[in-house]
Amino acid sequence: MTLEHGYEMVVGLEVHTELRTRSKMFCGCPNQFGAEANTNICPVCLGLPGSLPVLNVRAVELAMAIGVALHCTIAPSTFHRKNYFYPDMPKDYQISQYDLPINVGGYLDLPDASRVTIERAHLEEDTGKSTHLGGTGRLQGADRSLVDYNRSGVPLVEIVSGPDIRSSAQARAYAQELRGILIATGASDGRMEEGSMRIDANVSVRQANAALGTRCEIKNLNSLRSLQRAIDYEARRQVEMLEHGEVVRQETRHWDENLGETSTMRTKEEAEDYRYFREPDLVDLIPDQAWQDRVRAGLPAMPAERRRQLRERLNEPTEAQLDAVEVVIDLGLETLVEAAVERGADVTLAISRAANEVAAAIDEVANLTPAAFADTVLMEQHGQLSATQAKTVLGELLANGGDPRAIASQRGFEQLSTDSLEAIVDSLIEAHPDEWSRYREGDEKLAQFFVGQVMKLTRGQADGKAVIAALQQRR
Amino acid sequence: MKSAAQIAGEVNSGATSAVAELTRSLEAVRARNDELHVFLFVDEEGALAAARRVDDVVARGGSAGPLAGVPIAIKDNMCQRGVPTTCASKILQGWRPPYSATVVEKLLAAGAVPVGKTNLDEFAMGSSTENSAFGPTRNPLDTSRVPGGSSGGSAAAVAADMTPIAIGSDTGGSIRQPAALCGVIGVKPTYGLVSRYGLVAFASSLDQIGPFAKTVTDAATLLEVLAGHDPLDSTSLPEPSPSLVAHVGDGVAGQRVGVVRELIEGADEEVLEAVARAREALEKAGATTVELSIPELRLGLSAYYLIAPAEASSNLARYDGVRYGLRVDGDDVAAMNEATRTAGFGAEVKRRIMLGTYALSAGYYDAYYGQALKVRTQMIGAFARAYREVDLLLGATTPTVAFAFGAKTANPLSMYLSDVFTIPTNLAGEAAISVPFGTGEGGLPVGVQLLGPGRSEARLFAAARVLEIADGRP
Repeated sequence: MTLEHGYEMVVGLEVHTELRTRSKMFCGCPNQFGAEANTNICPVCLGLPGSLPVLNVRAVELAMAIGVALHCTIAPSTFHRKNYFYPDMPKDYQISQYDLPINVGGYLDLPDASRVTIERAHLEEDTGKSTHLGGTGRLQGADRSLVDYNRSGVPLVEIVSGPDIRSSAQARAYAQELRGILIATGASDGRMEEGSMRIDANVSVRQANAALGTRCEIKNLNSLRSLQRAIDYEARRQVEMLEHGEVVRQETRHWDENLGETSTMRTKEEAEDYRYFREPDLVDLIPDQAWQDRVRAGLPAMPAERRRQLRERLNEPTEAQLDAVEVVIDLGLETLVEAAVERGADVTLAISRAANEVAAAIDEVANLTPAAFADTVLMEQHGQLSATQAKTVLGELLANGGDPRAIASQRGFEQLSTDSLEAIVDSLIEAHPDEWSRYREGDEKLAQFFVGQVMKLTRGQADGKAVIAALQQRR
Repeated sequence: MKSAAQIAGEVNSGATSAVAELTRSLEAVRARNDELHVFLFVDEEGALAAARRVDDVVARGGSAGPLAGVPIAIKDNMCQRGVPTTCASKILQGWRPPYSATVVEKLLAAGAVPVGKTNLDEFAMGSSTENSAFGPTRNPLDTSRVPGGSSGGSAAAVAADMTPIAIGSDTGGSIRQPAALCGVIGVKPTYGLVSRYGLVAFASSLDQIGPFAKTVTDAATLLEVLAGHDPLDSTSLPEPSPSLVAHVGDGVAGQRVGVVRELIEGADEEVLEAVARAREALEKAGATTVELSIPELRLGLSAYYLIAPAEASSNLARYDGVRYGLRVDGDDVAAMNEATRTAGFGAEVKRRIMLGTYALSAGYYDAYYGQALKVRTQMIGAFARAYREVDLLLGATTPTVAFAFGAKTANPLSMYLSDVFTIPTNLAGEAAISVPFGTGEGGLPVGVQLLGPGRSEARLFAAARVLEIADGRP
C-alpha cells in the first residue's frame, strides 16, 4: 500500500504469546490468569536466593508445535540471561533465548496469498505485573507501586517476523492468522484482552524500493485495532517528519489508545545494555528427532487448511458467506459445522448459525455439543423450528447445554403444521384486502406486515420464511 | 572429639543419644564462639528438635541414618527453612527462607543435627572471612590468623571441635583453602554431584557444595549423603550418589600420580616440602609418580576473575530491596534500588559486581568474558590430556599457611592469589580434596591437594586416606 508522497511502510512484528501450560516455565506453580494477587508463587518464580529453574517440558513441546506450524527449523538451542532492573522481574534478569533460539527461519502465508517470513520463535519467561498508584501512574513518579508475581515465570514464545509487512491491514491479517495458528496448536488461548498475546511493531517508511528507513518500535499493542491504528499513525508520523526534512530517530515508542498517538519511551542512546550471557542454571535444549516427530504428528490442521476445506464445501460463495467462514475458522467452530453437515445439514445454514449465534456466545461454547448443534440446525432446516426459534434454542444450549428437542418442547415451540399456517394466511388475506392488493401490485414491504400478523396470531411460533412462501404462492 | 562415624554408630546402637552429642557440641560452641566468631546463628531450638527426632527413631528400634545424631555446621549461604540465612551480608540480614536447600533436607533425612549457620566472606567472595559484614572468624589454631575463606566458619567449626563435620561451598577454593588453613579435610566435588538447590548463588557454573571433616571416612560418609541427582537442579548429574566409604581403604597401588608444576610454583618452602613428602608417601603405598606441567593452569586466575564476577553481577541483581532483605528508601524505585545496594553490599561484593558488569558489557564481552570462556575450554582440554597419562594430580592447596588478619586486605590481588592452586578445578568442573599434611611456620597446618577428573571422588578419598595414615592419623 502506498502512503502519501510515494512512501511505503515496512513493518515487522514481534508477537509474544503466553503458552497454555498447566504450570509455569521453571516451577510447578499454576499458570493461571485471574487468581488473587501473589497466590501462585514459590521460591523459584519469586527468584528467592538459592532457587533454581527447571524447564517445563510441555512449554518446549508447545514452542516446537508453533515452530512446526510456522514451517520453522527446530534447532539445538540454549538459554541466556537478559539483565536489567525492574521491580516486577524478581531475579532482575529474564531467562530468554538469544543467539540460539529453538525455532528459526519459517514463514506464514496469509489468506490473501501474501507470505511473511518468520525469523525466529523463541522461548522466554514472563514477568510479574506492576500497578502504579498515585503520582504519574507510571513506575517513575508513582506514589506507590504494587507487584503481582502470579504471572512471573509464565512461559512465553516470542515470534519475530521479517520486515515483510507493507500495510496495517496486512499486519492485522498476519496477527489474526497467527492467532488462529496459536489457538490451533493449543499453544495459546489467543486472548489479547487478557494479555496472553501481545504485539510490538517495528515500523519504518521509505520511498518504494529504496533502502530500509530507520525504524521505531511500538511496544505492547494489545488489540488488533490498536495494532492497525498504531501502525498507520506511526507511518504517517514518519512520512511527515521526512517530508519536513527531519530525521527519524531509532527509538522505542508507546501507543496511547485514547489519544490515538505514539510517543517516545526511550531513544536508542537510552537503550539498555542487557549483558546477555548463557544461563548457567540450565542445560542446552536439544530436542531429538523422535521428540520433534511426535510433536509434528500430534499437530491438528492449521487455519489455512481448514479454511480451504470449508470453502470447498461452498458453491460460489458470497462475500458474506466468506466472512462467515473466517469467523468460523477464527473461533475454531468448524467441528460444529462439520458435525452438522455430516448429518445432512445445509452447509450455508450451519456456517451462518455458527458464525452468528454461536460466535456471539463464544465463551459458553463448551456447553454446546456438536450433536446438539447439528440437531438444532436440522430441525430448522426441516421446518420444525422457525429461524427465531432455532436461535432461541441455540442460545439456551450455549447458556446451559441440554437437548434441543427437550428445549423446544419446554418452550412450546411446537411445529405449526403447514396446513394451519396456510389457513391463517388465507384468513389474514381475507381480513386485509387492501394490504393484500398492494402486495400483489408489488409493494414488498407489505410482506412484513403479513409476517407480523401471523407472528402475532401464533405467538411467534411460525417460520417467517414459510409465511413469505405461502404469500408468494397466492400472489 | 568423636568422629562422625563413631557418633552415628553409638547413636544408632543406643550407646549414646543425639541429644547428648548435641549438648556436647553446644558446650563447645558456647565455650569459644564469642572468641572465634564461627557461627552467625546457633539454632539451639531447631537442633534440639532434630536430635530428639533422631533419638525417637532409635528408641522405636529403627536406624536413624548414616549421620544419626551427628552435629553439623552449615555455611550461612545455604537455605534452611525458618533459620536466618544472611550470606554474611547486611542486604540479607534478618531474612528467613521459607524453604530448605536440598542438602539440608538430605542431612536431616540422614539423621544429622544442624547446629547453626557459619560465618563466611560476604556472598562467599573472599579467602579469609574478613569480608563478612558481621566481623571475621578467627583461626582456632592461632587466633591472630585468618581461618581462610570463604567457608572459614565451617572449617573453623570442625577445627575447633564444635562439630565433627560441616558443609561449605567452593567456587574457586572456598572449601579447600580454609580446610588447609585450619588443618581439616575439605572436598570440592565434581560439578553437579551435589545439588545446588538452596545454595545462594555466587557463580552458578562454578559453585559446588562439599564436606569438611577431620577424617577421610567422615568426609566420604558426608559426601555420600549430600550427593545424588536432584530434579530441582537442572545441572545436577543424572546418577545416584556414588559409593565412596566402601573405597576409602582401596589404597593407591598401581595409581599414576602427576605432580603438577603449576600447582606448586610460588608456594612457600614449607608447603613445597609437604607436597614432596606427600609424593613420597603415595609412592611408598605403591603409586608411581611423575612431574608434569599444565601451562594452561596459569591462565586460571584471570579467567576466573572474569567468569565468576560476570555470573555474580547477574546473580546478585535480585537484592534490590523490592521483595526481601534490606530496603533503604529512595525517591523512586531506581533510587531505592541504588540506596539499598549501596548500603547493603560490602566493598568486595561491589568490586566484583562492577568487574562482572564490565566484563559482560556491549563492546567488552568478546575481549573479556568471551575470552575467559575460551580459556576455560582450553583448561578442560588440558586437564583431560593430563588424565590420559595419570590417574590423579598432586599439588599444594594454598601457597602459604594461615596468614595474619589484614595481611592481604589492602591488596585484593594478593588475596586472589591465595586461590591460584584451587581455581582450575572449579573452571574444569572436576573434583579435588585438600588433606592436612604436616605443619609449617608456628606449627600451623599445611594442606596438600589431590585432584582428579570428574566423578573420581572414590579414587581421591582412597589416596587421601593413604596420606592421612602417613601423616600419623590411622
